[in-house]
Amino acid sequence: MILFDDVWFSYTPNHPVLREISIEISPGEVVALMGENGAGKTTLVKHINGLLKPSRGTVFIDGVDTRSTSTAALARKVGFVFQNADHQLFADTIEGEVAFALRNLGFPSDEVQERVSQYLERFDLARYKEQSPFLLSGGERKRLALASVLCVEPTILILDEPTQAQDAKQKLKLAQLVDSFRRSDSIILLVTHDVEFAVQVVDRLLLLSKGCLLADGAPRQVLGNPDLLRRARLLPPQLTQLAHKLADKVPTFPRDIIALEEAVTATSKLLAKR
Amino acid sequence: MSIEIDHLSFSYRGSKTKVLDDITLSLPRGSFTGLVGPSGCGKTTLARCLNGLIPHFYPGEMTGNVIINEWNTIDYAAYELAQKVGLVFQNPENQLVAPNVEREIAFGPENLGVPRQEIRRRVEELIRNIRLEEIRDKAPFELSGGEQQRVAIAATLALQPEILVLDEPTSNLDPLSAFELLQLLHRLNREKLLTIILIEHRLELVAPLAQELVVLDEGRVIAKGPTREVLMEEKVAEVGVAIPKVVQLAKKLNRPHLIQACPLSVESAVKAILEELKR
Ligand SMILES: Nc1ncnc2c1ncn2[C@@H]1O[C@H](COP(=O)(O)OP(=O)(O)OP(=O)(O)O)[C@@H](O)[C@H]1O
Ligand SMILES: Nc1ncnc2c1ncn2[C@@H]1O[C@H](COP(=O)(O)OP(=O)(O)O)[C@@H](O)[C@H]1O
Ligand SMILES: [Mg+2]
Ligand SMILES: [Mg+2]
Repeated sequence: MILFDDVWFSYTPNHPVLREISIEISPGEVVALMGENGAGKTTLVKHINGLLKPSRGTVFIDGVDTRSTSTAALARKVGFVFQNADHQLFADTIEGEVAFALRNLGFPSDEVQERVSQYLERFDLARYKEQSPFLLSGGERKRLALASVLCVEPTILILDEPTQAQDAKQKLKLAQLVDSFRRSDSIILLVTHDVEFAVQVVDRLLLLSKGCLLADGAPRQVLGNPDLLRRARLLPPQLTQLAHKLADKVPTFPRDIIALEEAVTATSKLLAKR
Repeated sequence: MSIEIDHLSFSYRGSKTKVLDDITLSLPRGSFTGLVGPSGCGKTTLARCLNGLIPHFYPGEMTGNVIINEWNTIDYAAYELAQKVGLVFQNPENQLVAPNVEREIAFGPENLGVPRQEIRRRVEELIRNIRLEEIRDKAPFELSGGEQQRVAIAATLALQPEILVLDEPTSNLDPLSAFELLQLLHRLNREKLLTIILIEHRLELVAPLAQELVVLDEGRVIAKGPTREVLMEEKVAEVGVAIPKVVQLAKKLNRPHLIQACPLSVESAVKAILEELKR
């Protein structure tokens, strides 16, 4: 369980980057954190693995105050994929990168082998396994960072911009993988600007703007509120925009559309009527 | 300024794989081209060939030619090419060198010996256009991911290159900032005849603005031509290019007029559907 209790944070005195943040995320939840550039998303999630400590208020992870525990202890529980993969990759080989955390956590060597190949396969990296991480393309590096964190199957998983530099196929695979990580005892929190990805995988959306929590609710409900979206510099999914414009002309056309199938059904119905 | 790429192939040192495999492209002055394709297909490598980072900085084997307005990139140093071809790196952090945002934007023109007055003018204009007022005194490590990306874009624009190559410049931007950046690029393309090559996965941003798309897969050009035609090709979706949802909708509805209209933006999709309704 993740609990933020009236958390404030400033990098420099008198410039709070997080204000009055209170959030509770329970095991079993898959949550997206969205909001404009500089809103404080990365700052917020860095409080979960103890990289940052609140200036005021408290963050509890499974009941333990992050101030009274070490980052190393938190790392056993919290898997964290950085927004910039370069801040995370350090090993000489791609294989070694994935094996590192597994060995560190004391997995037996055959299990290490097994998971390394399984996760390199899942992220389409197997063919590079003996190569240096720094020769990978940007998207491949992001996937390596994901593989090296997901392979230990942590109970709290924080992904900062996981779809960055991914094509449509890789995004779909990632969505399926996140889905397969859904368990009653684990939490997945993703920071993303990718509205379509978020609605596809999460059941709760937190909106952060200028360091304040603007909204907390079901994705459809939050994304259906144009005023909130404007404040957090988000745009509705393309088909939602289409539905709104059509509904302005044809009042019977439903506005609450996100997925392709919904748009196909509604538009076919509209065109069949004439 | 035009770009001629003639039978270009490249492999990085130590690897036999041709990351670029016999690429021939001709991009005229003032064109706006979307360069798309799956992760790892060679987009960044091609971008590196356009401003001379390849072959001058990345060791490997290059065959064929890249000609920037009659300059063969083999014959010119990277700093000479940098004055013609601006490249916004995929990872903005690797591009930021100055102690703060203002200095970062001024850095390039200062090195080129642009007069102080003119540098001030460019810096202020970019700070306004790219919304950097609030962070102008911050150091690169004090910036959020999206802020770093906006600064890297501003710093490249400050050089006023004639060709601008942007490598996934919206990967850290919030949706509205991404949209605004594309509007800015569109304006520069139209008003200043800036030649633009945009590498991007968010096709819904690129499609309404790019005249042409080039699709790479495993180092080869598998499709190129007018945006509308390329997006309708089955193989383009198959390699993992994210076809905009409005185009997918038009395809799925399977009506000849809608498919023919192939709407590239929300506005044109609404228009096409309303017309179909009257038909
Ligand atoms: N190390 C730091 N020192 C000082 N200020 C910082 C530091 N890191 C971030 N900031 C500032 O704090 C604010 C929030 O940054 P943060 O990285 O949390 O934003 P974000 O919501 O993750 O944005 P993005 O979508 O661009 O990644 C920004 O205004 C940023 O400039
Ligand atoms: N400096 C490098 N040395 C060796 N191989 C590289 C280097 N940079 C990229 N590659 C490899 O070249 C291929 C294409 O990479 P890149 O051009 O970055 O792809 P994209 O930008 O399309 O994702 C990838 O397989 C990548 O692993
Ligand atoms: Mg961030
Ligand atoms: Mg790339």
